[in-house]
Amino acid sequence: MRTYDAVVIGGGIVGAAIGYGLAKRRVNVAVLDEGDTALRAARANFGLVWLQSKGDGMPAYGHWTRRSTELWPDFAAELADATGIRTEYEKRGGLVICLGEAELESRRQLALRLHNQAAVYDTEVLDRAALQALVPKMRLGAEVTGASYCPHDGHANPLLLLKALHAALKSHVAAYLPDAPARAIAYRGGSFTVETPAGPIAAARVVLAAGHGSAALAPALGLSAPIRPERGQILITERLDHFLPLPASGLRQTADGTVMIGATHDNPGFDVSTTADASAKLAHRAVRIAPDLARARLVRTWAGLRVLTPDGCPIYMESATCPGAFLAICHSGVTLAAVHAVDLAGAIADGALPARLAPFHPGRFDVSKAA
Amino acid sequence: MFRRLPEDARALVTVEVEGRTVAVPAGSSAAAAALIAKLGYTRTSPATGEKRAGYCFMGVCFDCLMVIDGEPSQQACLVTVREGMRIERQLGARRLG
Repeated sequence: MRTYDAVVIGGGIVGAAIGYGLAKRRVNVAVLDEGDTALRAARANFGLVWLQSKGDGMPAYGHWTRRSTELWPDFAAELADATGIRTEYEKRGGLVICLGEAELESRRQLALRLHNQAAVYDTEVLDRAALQALVPKMRLGAEVTGASYCPHDGHANPLLLLKALHAALKSHVAAYLPDAPARAIAYRGGSFTVETPAGPIAAARVVLAAGHGSAALAPALGLSAPIRPERGQILITERLDHFLPLPASGLRQTADGTVMIGATHDNPGFDVSTTADASAKLAHRAVRIAPDLARARLVRTWAGLRVLTPDGCPIYMESATCPGAFLAICHSGVTLAAVHAVDLAGAIADGALPARLAPFHPGRFDVSKAA
Repeated sequence: MFRRLPEDARALVTVEVEGRTVAVPAGSSAAAAALIAKLGYTRTSPATGEKRAGYCFMGVCFDCLMVIDGEPSQQACLVTVREGMRIERQLGARRLG
């Protein structure tokens, strides 16, 4: 039986980032992945590295996300050095563009509320003129009132990030095993055995980071993964001359010039089909923000399934009954990739999660709901 | 490299390909007009700057994008010529403004 120090179950951005971080610390690690039919949120992602709206009600999430935005520049540079693959990461701040006074006021309230919980955001609310100064080449729609701006925000190409992480695993001599989904996991005598179609794999530590696949595997390890799928649909235009120098929530121009327009939120279950209704809504709002987009051609639309916890914040935990089993769940795999590769992988390599990750334990969902 | 079939006896339509007047058989596509005009490349890639030209001529490859009568990103192989049509190379990414 193949034996490793650690096995990461899940080869999406979350699992691959943790696996890469472990491999960098010279942990002998294998990353198990599914095949092409995986429900892979990593391949549907919008690509924001995003702080400004994270952590309402959970300041620890704000701090954790800010930490990742601080780590991202070196993380991206290191991946490029190790693999030759540039993730197109840029950190010029990010915008949430508002239509009408009510939206802008609501952003202002959110920025204040978040700042009062954790002083990590440095978000400014910009009026229309200040927004226009940041995006001089973009003609703003008549209803645009302004935007919130967070200097720590940025964006990256999620497909290139996933490719770079997989390549980096190989460059660190870690095993990346595709077509090897975990079917069952047994814990005996301080060691884990993972059954896969590629044969059994043994390890002293196991990290469950399998996105939606984590729900079925968690209970046997004494872990808790109360997650549900939330569909997000995205549109993408033909390549356009660059007019949007920094990303906005729901509107970003990629390095190649295509414009991504997103994203919707609905709950059809495990369904990644796209709908004309959602496309129309996305296009309509984009054109109200930037009327010239009405002349752009759409070339694709797709949908992905966010891995959503009850409060939308990540779950990190170590099993009490199977020591050495860890769980990592989030819907912000791109944003948190850097902190997962550095801090989370470091903690797992050391064998215990730090106190600052205690707020992410899923025990928070067990509190009595009595009114 | 490309020649019209000798039996082609259709009426001719006059179009402008990169400013040059060219007579092409009625019913031709704008991409065929570019071939008849021996234009060579018909666009440059917005990603790499590479010179490109039509490849599939049946609406699939999107390599024949041209500016037709001032409208960018037209699939030239799917547009039928009209008298006086202006057919131009599309250089780089199109501008919206």
